[in-house]
Amino acid sequence: MDYAFEGRAKKITMILMAIGLLSIVLGFFSGDHAAQRVWTSILISGFFFFGIGLTGTFFLAVQYAAESGWPTVLKRIFEGVSAYLPVGSIALLVVFIAATFHWNHIYHWMDADLYDPTSEHYDEIIAGKQAYLNLPFWWIRTIAYLSVYVWFTMLFRKRSLLEDEPMELDSQRSFFSKNQTLAAVFLVFFGYTSVTASWDWIMSIDTHWFSTIFGWYIFSGMWISGMVMMTLLVIYLKSKGLMDFVNDSHMHDMGKWVFAISFLWTYLFFCQFMLYWYSNIPEEVMYYQARIEDYSWAFWGSLIINFVFPMLLLMSKDAKRKAGFLTFVGVIIFFGHWMDVFMIVTPGAMKQYGVIGWVELGTFFGFLGLFLYITLNALSKRPLLVKGHPMLEESLHHHIN
Amino acid sequence: MSKAIYALYDDDDVMVEGAKSILSKNIRIKDVYSPFPVHGLENVLGIKWTRLAITAFLYGLTAMTLALIGMWFFMIQDWPMNIGGKPNDFLYQNLPAFIPITFEFTVLCAAHGMALTYFIRNKTFPGMPARNPHPRTTDDHFAIEISRDENSGVSDDDIRAVLQETNPVEIFEK
Repeated sequence: MDYAFEGRAKKITMILMAIGLLSIVLGFFSGDHAAQRVWTSILISGFFFFGIGLTGTFFLAVQYAAESGWPTVLKRIFEGVSAYLPVGSIALLVVFIAATFHWNHIYHWMDADLYDPTSEHYDEIIAGKQAYLNLPFWWIRTIAYLSVYVWFTMLFRKRSLLEDEPMELDSQRSFFSKNQTLAAVFLVFFGYTSVTASWDWIMSIDTHWFSTIFGWYIFSGMWISGMVMMTLLVIYLKSKGLMDFVNDSHMHDMGKWVFAISFLWTYLFFCQFMLYWYSNIPEEVMYYQARIEDYSWAFWGSLIINFVFPMLLLMSKDAKRKAGFLTFVGVIIFFGHWMDVFMIVTPGAMKQYGVIGWVELGTFFGFLGLFLYITLNALSKRPLLVKGHPMLEESLHHHIN
Repeated sequence: MSKAIYALYDDDDVMVEGAKSILSKNIRIKDVYSPFPVHGLENVLGIKWTRLAITAFLYGLTAMTLALIGMWFFMIQDWPMNIGGKPNDFLYQNLPAFIPITFEFTVLCAAHGMALTYFIRNKTFPGMPARNPHPRTTDDHFAIEISRDENSGVSDDDIRAVLQETNPVEIFEK
């Protein structure tokens, strides 16, 4: 079953990208705080879709490491999503370079005056974090994370295509066990760096504030967005009749993942919130004060959308197996999790002046177009069903109740 | 006269094929005893989907309501507690503090309710006498149970003949 990326799908992604580009260019003339607003939008949507691409690699590695058989027929989807990672990394790098050269002021701590005791802008708290939060070290870390993520993504893809070549049963077995080793190494690296990367790229926007559970919170948000995206892609390709080998049981399992990771996200959201709410220490609680006072709609809205919708609508077995239901819930929480990233980034970068307007939405659709273009293009390059995976037969007969 | 005739198999695939052929001869199967869940058997036997999940949801809902009412009464109504110096006139003002307990109580009641419902429905309380027809159905054998009441129109010999065709290791009555 080959997917050809052409016609309407290609046109729509092109239009979305054009909308994004137009929003970014016109955004620079959108009144007060225009430049900051555009750069913040690029970071929000850029990070959101970067996270989805990273989830593709992460989820693929989880399947290898767990020796799980059922998702083998979906493997090309995971790879297609992870194909966005190199481009997503470049989008993030553009924002970081702009921040380093002070074209935007998203990362407050990049201001050198804060560390100078003679300056009137001297900030004792931020100066105390200098050993970790300084530009050279931060850049070394950023490059390390991105290059290792991208390297592993390309390696998994390369080995996956190699696996489809005819080979002896013995070498097939050792090929698979080497994939497992690589996946385990990647997962250990990812486990630590997804946390530190979230500190470096997102938590450092609110420089004074800190939270130890923040890394998992960001990670769970990425994971659920990625799960939703992969599920929607499967539904799309299935509706075109290209993935008939994906049966109800596979859809049921994808629905379970969407359901379960929604709870993981809510759990971490609440863990973080409750501890700060309870202790009510001024330097900690100001993070939530900024969000609840100026962005209460985004704060409570993302909690309600991302928790209540999947919980009530995806609880039953039948709902998880109905493509229409999954699509409906998926699209809503996909936007809900984008709003969550908006709620995390904006108050630090825009103070109280952030809104979800045409600049933010336009950038979101632009990145959506870019993401879909790259993913669908990658999917069209190879047959949608892998050939040489040792668990393919098991996956084709996947059946659960 | 015994109530049922049993066919004992030593392989689950043979048993599933046997069940299909027995049903195709219009003989009703009352139950199948197996040491582990057999894939696809529920479709062959036409067993209805369990409603255990619905009971779990209802237990959870009851528990959540009870937990919230309880904490509202203990902590706000009957003896107002000072929770970190926060206002405590209404439940919602201190709701975050009550969420972990509500969550735990919901899970506790849903889980125990499910387990107890399962025991009651299947009559498998601790200490109950075993109801499996052959001790090896908890080990490595599978038994198909044919009730005489359900197949009153078929003679014993016919039933035995049909069972014999399905390659059982043993046919017995109980």
